Amino acid sequence: MNEGASATIETAALPFAEARKYEEKAFGFWVYLMSDAIIFALLFATYLVMLDNTAGGPTGQQLFSLERAAGETTLLLLSSTTFGFASVALAASNRPRVLQWLVVTAALGLGFLFLEFGEFNGMIAEGAGPDRSGFLSAFFALVGTHGLHVSVGIIWILVMIGQVLAKGLTRPVASRIMRLGLFWHFLDIIWIGIFSIVYLPGLI
Amino acid sequence: MFGRLTIDAFPFYSAIAASGAAITVLGALSVIALITYLRAWRVVLFDWVSSLDHKKIGIMYVMLALVMLMRGFIDAAMMRSQQAIALGNEGYLPADHFDQIFTSHGTIMIFFMAMPFLSGLINHIMPQQIGARDVAFPFMNAVSLWLTAAGAGLVLISLVIGKFSTAGWSGYPPYSGAEYNPGVGVDYWLWAVLIAGVGSTMSGINFLVTILKCRAPGMHLFRMPLFTWTVFVTSILMIFAFPALTVACGLLALDRTFGMHFFTNAMGGNMMHYVNLFWLWGHPEVYILILPAFGVFSEVVATFSQKRLFGYISLVLATMAIGILSFTVWLHHFFTMGSSADVNSFFGIMTTIIAVPTGVKVFDWLLTMYRGRLIFKPPMLYTIGFLVTFVIGGLSGVLLALPPVDYVMHNTTFLVAHFHNMIIPGVLFGYLAGYMFWFPKAFGFKLNETWGTRSFWCWIVGFYLAFMPLYVLGLKGMPRRMEHYDIAAWQPHLIVAAIGAFIILLGIICLGIQLAVSIRDREQTRDLTGDPWNGRSLEWATSSPPAPYNFAILPNVQSIDAFWDMKHRGVAYQQPDRYVDIALPKNTFIPAFIGGAAFVFGFAVVWYIWWLAVLALVGITLAIIIRASDDETEFVLPAREVQTIEDARFAKLAKAPRNEMVDDPGFAGGSVLEGST
Amino acid sequence: MGQGFAYRLQTVAVATWLTLLSTECGAVTNPVLEPKGPIAHAQRQLLFDAVAIMMIVIVPVFIMAALFTWWYRGTNRNARYMPNLAYYWPAEILIWGVPAGIIFWLSFHLWDGTHRLDPYKGIDPGVAPLQIEAVAQDWKWLFIYPEQNIAVVNELVFPSGRPLAIRITSDTVMNSFVIPALGGQIYAMAGMQTRLHLLADEPGEFWGRNVQYSGRGFADQQFRAIATATEDDFDAWVAKVRASSEALDAAAYEELAKPSTKVPVTYYSGVETSLFDTIIEKWRDGGAAHHVPDTAEAKHAR
Repeated sequence: MNEGASATIETAALPFAEARKYEEKAFGFWVYLMSDAIIFALLFATYLVMLDNTAGGPTGQQLFSLERAAGETTLLLLSSTTFGFASVALAASNRPRVLQWLVVTAALGLGFLFLEFGEFNGMIAEGAGPDRSGFLSAFFALVGTHGLHVSVGIIWILVMIGQVLAKGLTRPVASRIMRLGLFWHFLDIIWIGIFSIVYLPGLI
Repeated sequence: MFGRLTIDAFPFYSAIAASGAAITVLGALSVIALITYLRAWRVVLFDWVSSLDHKKIGIMYVMLALVMLMRGFIDAAMMRSQQAIALGNEGYLPADHFDQIFTSHGTIMIFFMAMPFLSGLINHIMPQQIGARDVAFPFMNAVSLWLTAAGAGLVLISLVIGKFSTAGWSGYPPYSGAEYNPGVGVDYWLWAVLIAGVGSTMSGINFLVTILKCRAPGMHLFRMPLFTWTVFVTSILMIFAFPALTVACGLLALDRTFGMHFFTNAMGGNMMHYVNLFWLWGHPEVYILILPAFGVFSEVVATFSQKRLFGYISLVLATMAIGILSFTVWLHHFFTMGSSADVNSFFGIMTTIIAVPTGVKVFDWLLTMYRGRLIFKPPMLYTIGFLVTFVIGGLSGVLLALPPVDYVMHNTTFLVAHFHNMIIPGVLFGYLAGYMFWFPKAFGFKLNETWGTRSFWCWIVGFYLAFMPLYVLGLKGMPRRMEHYDIAAWQPHLIVAAIGAFIILLGIICLGIQLAVSIRDREQTRDLTGDPWNGRSLEWATSSPPAPYNFAILPNVQSIDAFWDMKHRGVAYQQPDRYVDIALPKNTFIPAFIGGAAFVFGFAVVWYIWWLAVLALVGITLAIIIRASDDETEFVLPAREVQTIEDARFAKLAKAPRNEMVDDPGFAGGSVLEGST
Repeated sequence: MGQGFAYRLQTVAVATWLTLLSTECGAVTNPVLEPKGPIAHAQRQLLFDAVAIMMIVIVPVFIMAALFTWWYRGTNRNARYMPNLAYYWPAEILIWGVPAGIIFWLSFHLWDGTHRLDPYKGIDPGVAPLQIEAVAQDWKWLFIYPEQNIAVVNELVFPSGRPLAIRITSDTVMNSFVIPALGGQIYAMAGMQTRLHLLADEPGEFWGRNVQYSGRGFADQQFRAIATATEDDFDAWVAKVRASSEALDAAAYEELAKPSTKVPVTYYSGVETSLFDTIIEKWRDGGAAHHVPDTAEAKHAR
């Protein structure tokens, strides 16, 4: 009956409804991360179950290099820090800084992948690929799944760089960057687990 | 170029396989022909395939489930008929076929009949029950649907190109590994399950966030209907359990495709680990299947006893208990794998404990009937049939939970009888009851009750005849998955079981006739008010079928049985003086595209067509990026249009009787405005 | 309303099956309900006890369902109608408490039974067990008697009254060994060994088989288990096996391990030393062992 001249409670609350929408997306993303955490937990369990199943092949001690593991860890942890800087810049609506830190994060992530790729390649070349033994299958599955997630994260960062360039720091863009942050930090935590459970014991 | 796909993949080597392929192809062509004949392509594509509306997605899920019910039932009928005749001879099904059939029967019924059925009912009804306009993530909802369809497509196409797995629906290695089964069968199974599993995980996330974040004002958790409560716990189970399936099947896929050694016999594989991972998912899965059915029974028994649900808090606590306990029992699926007596005892005791909350629910439902006024519409018949029959399955379950008894009954037909005794009277009766209960809401006219009643009697009599003999056969030591046998004492029971399967077939035919007759008679059975059963929860407050936005004004909830309460306070049918603009999701073909690309990806990986697999993955990635860059995914339905829709609704209401149940002989009396007592 | 019909139908169904059951006898056709050994006897007893205990819950459900469906049917205006009766705490206490109590009681049976009937636990009537090594193959069973240095395919003979100590492994996929008249099953897995202890109280002939689906020959993977009346009868059988011209050396074993179905009973008069352990070892630690493909399946495998 009335045209939308005077705003009803709900229309005036449309921004409120929008805010709720972003909150729901963030919450949903947390729930997704929990399901992903279970996948990693089970991959960790698989790794531990198969720790001794080297089938006469090489063990972790023989294969892992502390330098490389340290390098990977440094790059990934640093990348989390730089993403944090990007988040701070986002809160301050500082568009050039957001772009800058996103680029640095992506570069550090690529560095991590480069090291990991080299590690995998080296292992496969010396006959210690995932088809050599149960232990190695479990190693490649755990670390490889993490690496796959990092790759997806880097693609996502590139997409967000594109969106920031094209649209600026709008609410939807900011909300996506925030979820990307959750994802990136989550991968960092998983890596700490990998470093502690896979590489460290293999090197002691 | 085509990987390992050659002309040999087509099933010309066997008449039975060729018939199966022909039926599948003909079925697909008939659907296309029918849509073309009805000139419905525009509607199908632009109103349904591209829809993000939870109600339409729900209906499509249920359609998928009903089609796959028939497909899975054909498997069952073939097995029953084979076993009825195969005493001392090979029957008409060679081992290879029979083994594919029992595998596809289980896989289809669990992943592509039961899961879509529950996802469909939940999708349509749960948002309405909590007074919401849609689920939290409509786009992801559609993706879930199309991924499930992609998985079903892989199972169906395995009949036409290649073969299906013979490793059972649980796919234990090393038999399911590349060494003992190098063909495409197990790969089809793996990718169908993996792809559908991703869809289910996403559904779990969607339902959970919807319930926690999208409830109408005043809809506190302890005012939610029981169906929504069961959906809540089910979604938690989905989120926590499906990752285990992804890992189990994912690692098996790595073994098969890349020669890894997770579960191989040699080179450090550990087949027991697969068994643990699979059942870590598998046990919660059966509770994912049954809890929404329990929810349906709660709604139906209260509505058709014309009485409040008895023991609401108990039922909620029991549901939560079942949810938690479902993660503590998985080892009972492999008591015979050689664990110590301590370990077996622990899991056995946990399994018997889970019987307690289930028993509580059964008694609460019976007590709901106590001092009610029962109306025996088909959903209520299915409910009563469930109450009586399910407890027999519960009994056999407790027996199997005793490790020493399981040692002798495991892998026999006693086990088969037990789980069918849970799934058919429990899961399937629940979803058929839900289908008949909520059909008027979804489509605006009622289902024919005579044929519904007939379907019930065929199903329950058929069930007893088909499965009670299997208990006996298990006690006689007959293993499952036998395509022939030489102990004459088994055959009479198998013949009876085959007769039971035939009667179930009649039940399915009754369901088909029911639908056809109802569509034909729809003008006479219109649901005029949106509340055909004098219902108690909010989904009955909307029109039938509901407007795209469900509620023009979000309801203000003040009590349990929110709609019943609104009717009694006289506020159930009030037209506001002002309407608001409502934001709704725009239609998009991207979810269907993602489903199609997932199907192509699965097919390509199965046949080792690597370039196609990569292409499909790239396609999915691009689709996601495009969607993720889209900031205009909603459109606004102006208040004026909302008003038009609502005015039409209230005009219809003015002409309708206030209570559509008034003419039922069992009606408790009084118009809804007086309420009953 | 025809609800009473459902219950009458159910009673008829149960009675029919019980009748059918009782008209048949013999270990071959009714192994679980007519067991021939103490393990199987104990398992059956546990089954009966549990069913009896569960009746405390099951019977009231049937009665209530029948009664309520009949009495509270909507057209019966004589029944009291209390539409808001949604809670009654004594009822809640009962429906939580009684099942919980039953389960609590049952768990003692469960714990005790599971420990007593642990397949790994030896049976101890003061007689040294007969050692048997069982190897699951596609699609037959090989039984090695290490103390007698003989081996048999698809026939397991032993003296009644003497406990069996069976070590079990698989040379192929996962199998499951069971002689239902004597006791329960346990999985057979490559590279690992499981143990099962059984005993036949009296002489007789039973069947045993694999019950874990393992491929196209699964349905025929059955063997005869014969409990002889006396030790002498058993020794006579051993002598018969020893008279066989075939010996199970490495070459003969490799031939035997190839996939085959409906394998007739075969006797081997001698066995390769530590054959059972060798079979297990070849799957462990980088063993280059792998399965010989089934040519019959290969034709259709794609």
